[in-house]
Amino acid sequence: MSTESQTGSSDEIGLPKKLVDEIDAVVKSRKLNKEQRIKLEEEVKKYFIKSRFEPGETVGILAAESISEPATQMTMRTYHFAGSAGVRVTYGLPRLIEIFDAKKEPETPVMTIYLKHQFNNREAATEIAEGIIEKNVLGVSKSFSINLNDNSIEIELTDMKKAGKIARNIKENLKDLEIKEKTHSISIKPKTELTVRELQKLKEKIMNLHVDGIEEIRNAVVRREGDDWLINTIGSNLQEVLNLKEIDENRTVTNNIHEISQVLGIEGARNMIMNEALKTMQEQGLDVDVRHVMLVGDIMTLTGAVKSIGRYGVAGSQTSILARAAFEETIKHLVRASVRNEVDNFQGIFENVMIGQVIPSGTGMFDLVAQFRKEEDKK
Amino acid sequence: MLVERIEFGIINPEMVKRLAVAKLSKTEIYDQEGYPIEGGLMDPRLGVVDPGVRCRTCGGSVGECQGHFGYLELTKPVVHVHYAKILFGLLKLICRKCSRILIDPKEIEKIQSKRLGLKELMKLTRKKCPYCNSEQGKLKFIKPYSFSEGAELLSPVKLRERLEKIPNEDLEVIGFKKMRPEWLVLTLLPIPPVTVRPSITLETGERSEDDLTHKLVDIVRINERLKENIDLGAPDFIIEDLWELLQYHIGTYFDNEISGVPPARHRSGRILKTLSQRLKTKEGRFRGNLAGKRVNFSARTVISPDPMINIDEVGVPEVIAMELTVPVRVSENNLETMKKFVVNGPDIWPGANYVIRPDGRRKKITPQNKEEIVKEITPGYVIERHLKDGDIALFNRQPSLHRMSVMAHRVRVMPGKTFRLNLSVCPPYNADFDGDEMNLHIPQTEEAQVEAQILMSVQKHIRSPRFSGPIIGAFRDQISGLYLLTEGEKKFSREEFTQLIRAVDTEIEIPEKEYMTGKEIFSIFLPKNFSIELKAKSGEKVVIKNGKLIEGPIDKAAVGAEDGKILDKIEREYGAEAFKKFLFSITRLAIEVLMKSGFSISISDQDLPPQATQEIKNMIEGVRKEVDQSIEQFERGEIKILAGRTPKESLEHAIKITLNQSLNKIEEVLNKHLKNNYTLMMAKSGARGSLVNMVQTAAMIGQETIMGERMQRGYIDRTFPHFKKGDISLEAKGFVGRGFKSGLTPFEFFFDAINSRESLMDKSLKTRHSGYMERRLVGALQDLKVEYDDTVRDSANRIVQFVPGEDGLDPSKIERGGLDVDRIADRLFG
Repeated sequence: MSTESQTGSSDEIGLPKKLVDEIDAVVKSRKLNKEQRIKLEEEVKKYFIKSRFEPGETVGILAAESISEPATQMTMRTYHFAGSAGVRVTYGLPRLIEIFDAKKEPETPVMTIYLKHQFNNREAATEIAEGIIEKNVLGVSKSFSINLNDNSIEIELTDMKKAGKIARNIKENLKDLEIKEKTHSISIKPKTELTVRELQKLKEKIMNLHVDGIEEIRNAVVRREGDDWLINTIGSNLQEVLNLKEIDENRTVTNNIHEISQVLGIEGARNMIMNEALKTMQEQGLDVDVRHVMLVGDIMTLTGAVKSIGRYGVAGSQTSILARAAFEETIKHLVRASVRNEVDNFQGIFENVMIGQVIPSGTGMFDLVAQFRKEEDKK
Repeated sequence: MLVERIEFGIINPEMVKRLAVAKLSKTEIYDQEGYPIEGGLMDPRLGVVDPGVRCRTCGGSVGECQGHFGYLELTKPVVHVHYAKILFGLLKLICRKCSRILIDPKEIEKIQSKRLGLKELMKLTRKKCPYCNSEQGKLKFIKPYSFSEGAELLSPVKLRERLEKIPNEDLEVIGFKKMRPEWLVLTLLPIPPVTVRPSITLETGERSEDDLTHKLVDIVRINERLKENIDLGAPDFIIEDLWELLQYHIGTYFDNEISGVPPARHRSGRILKTLSQRLKTKEGRFRGNLAGKRVNFSARTVISPDPMINIDEVGVPEVIAMELTVPVRVSENNLETMKKFVVNGPDIWPGANYVIRPDGRRKKITPQNKEEIVKEITPGYVIERHLKDGDIALFNRQPSLHRMSVMAHRVRVMPGKTFRLNLSVCPPYNADFDGDEMNLHIPQTEEAQVEAQILMSVQKHIRSPRFSGPIIGAFRDQISGLYLLTEGEKKFSREEFTQLIRAVDTEIEIPEKEYMTGKEIFSIFLPKNFSIELKAKSGEKVVIKNGKLIEGPIDKAAVGAEDGKILDKIEREYGAEAFKKFLFSITRLAIEVLMKSGFSISISDQDLPPQATQEIKNMIEGVRKEVDQSIEQFERGEIKILAGRTPKESLEHAIKITLNQSLNKIEEVLNKHLKNNYTLMMAKSGARGSLVNMVQTAAMIGQETIMGERMQRGYIDRTFPHFKKGDISLEAKGFVGRGFKSGLTPFEFFFDAINSRESLMDKSLKTRHSGYMERRLVGALQDLKVEYDDTVRDSANRIVQFVPGEDGLDPSKIERGGLDVDRIADRLFG
């Protein structure tokens, strides 16, 4: 089986853009002339054709094995402090599993915020970091008390400048309240008479009302990385953070797949799955080719929505009933297939292994049709 | 014959009857003589399980007859447990009175083209029937198999009545094609053939029946009792009870793990394994027998190393070689050789075990009949001859984590009882020789043999598709040997180097020299125009120019598995065969060097001169002081608080840094004072062990940790009762300032044991988690393959990637990262 015959002659195949760019770079740095360039291109093409995947290669299994074989060597410890910043993040095997599970929210949601050129200094970064930390009413108040005499709640604030904003916030979120701003405090009086217990509940609600900063961002730490000042946050809210003027929206990221998918789209989610999975493995000193992780990212985002690997995601929605039944929840799949009158077309690997047939990939992907010459023709 | 598709559906009573060869109704299985009763559950018409008996239906014997179904007429209909939930969905969807679908006909027209599920259809239903305008009572599903409307219990008879009335056009809306919903309520029960539930005859002559038979006996018995009672006109409640019992038995016959239902048990109290249990789980039919099968022509035994055989060979014990066979077709050309095999027979290697005559009959060769068989052999016969040198075999070690866990080797038949393999192929299999066992499979057809050789042989798997580097390379002693040879400027006399070279290669020309250096000897085996520059593990520069090792030692970074730079380049530029030859030569050389020079380690390798011991002692004292200072600072509240951390966390961080620095410093001291001994050599060359191991033996173990933190559990606020509460000093938190060699105090030993136990538990947890992750990943990705148009598609032909890996390059054919254009240019233009 020569590679040439499978993939056609070299003329038909264009080099991928990445290689063309590299050739350009080499030509430039070595100051090659036109003739040399053509020669180089031909040589690269020769190597390229030799190194391509052969049709029938089971790239899926290759990727799955390449990712999980080194995973045996990963740590089970759940958290570590990322870099010198004091942000605890999930890492190692638990993080990898979390990524493939496509959890709605990661165990430790964090963001890395890069800043625009003019804000790329310690002072600005610190200020922005301060500003985005979520603060609720409790966080900006000195004391919180219930005035039983006139059935109202008194809030003493640390900073009266925020009083107006708090009042507005309360009005927007809770109904039937009368709000008065005083010199050092604001008092909130329900329009209807409330019992003490109801007042307590109301107090609780007001305490947790969002006042300032960005929701979900529980902490933010400034850190220096190379020439950049960046902010690491605990908690994540990509949508809101991207609305800030000061940040570099091209580089700012979160580790929440679904958030990326919603805010930046499915392609973003695919890249993010790739980057995060690769990063998680590289942190542990494990060497895995991007191509494998890429495939996982692609299959997880194939339908346009992020799907998990596993029973409720990609593996559970295989076309073959038998493959699904063999994977997990055997009975459920068989029962469902029977009522729906489903058909298994034996296009996959598992099904064919089950009934002892040649699998439709690798050397089993094609049939040979030989036309033998008749006896009289031979003579 | 090829299976193209399997259609799933629901069997109907008509078909049950047509499939069946016997109607069963007898409660007894055997008569007094012990023969199966006709009409009983072991009816001879249902097939044969005992040897020597012929099937009453098809005349086949055991193995020929697959068995035939029978059927049982149920006295009263019964719900199939697995379909109860679906039945409930259906019942809710139809009118309680006229059985028409509860959706407006106008609406139906709109949704006709879409295939909606039961749940979506439910949303469109009306409160009143659009056809007969009757009120709809509230239905309830009483798990696991009963239904009620208001207070009234709906019997399976009533269910069937309702379902039977649903017109076909309404069914089509629901998505029932070619099937009737009333089939979900059973009236006839198919009885599986006896071959599905064979009974075993014990030595005592007693018969032991299969679990399924037990269950079926219960069903038949209750069914008959119910019939008798109805015929007798028994009171309703008795009939109800029996009916319920029948429902229970049929329910557990299908699934013995229904929640809310006590599982059916054997007389001994063991829970019966019924139909669902046979299919489910890892050991079930699907995963246990269909996805993974037991095979013939395979062997398994302990493995042991053999540096003398090549990397693509496997040493097979003679006893195994005489058991495993390869079928060879007799032709005019090989007639004589084949005859020789037969003459040798099954007991002399290389012989043969079976002949297959042209008519397909197999005949076992015995010492008695071999002379006879030799005479009759003519072209067209097939001889199953013993395994011999050069045969292709698949070699495997579990867990098979990647494709290099199964590779094709060439057989070398050897004395002894273990499989032998070259040490260089240990890394891909992840094998060692502390009792590991491996499996051997012999491909039986020429097609399989050729395929194994072309696609699976060791040479084809030098480069791991995971990271595009060589996964096969020098290992352990092979590295030690090369390091010993090439480190420094060792001189070898003519006699010495001749012996070394000749041990590897008998053809190579011996240079006309008085003496050779180790580097020169190594260079002999390098390809002539090979040049490379790399960094050794120790950081030294290694230079090879035009096939001559000029500078630096050869170690793991040069020839080791996974990171051998020289191996990488040789495979890339000279191909797999050259790689094989090179690796085998240098590893043979390495072993020869070790055998000539000797290589042993001793505990005295870790002896330190008194001044080094003093230095380390001072250092540990210094660390202690430093940590004490940090703690003092912390107590005074003066500690530098790190961003995002509490003061306590900051303190811990500071201590951790101090400790890490001290370990590094001790390493330096060791490096300075340790004489160049074999233990150190192994650590330096990457053959085995590391400097950390030496530090822990000779100097100190350091901090014991749990979950990355210093020890903190045990008693309240302290790790041992002899510490003060709240003591956060080094000793109290599991710092071990002694090495293994000088010995640990009991408390230190205990801390160390805690640490060991943690890592032990961690390991077992890890393997489970990553194993399951692999299963899921494979489940999700298994059908993806590269098509002829260079797209990656799944089994439904959906395109997953237009170009595999964005550039179409196979990671097992390229170097790390991709194609290096620069290097290609280097070769072209210098």
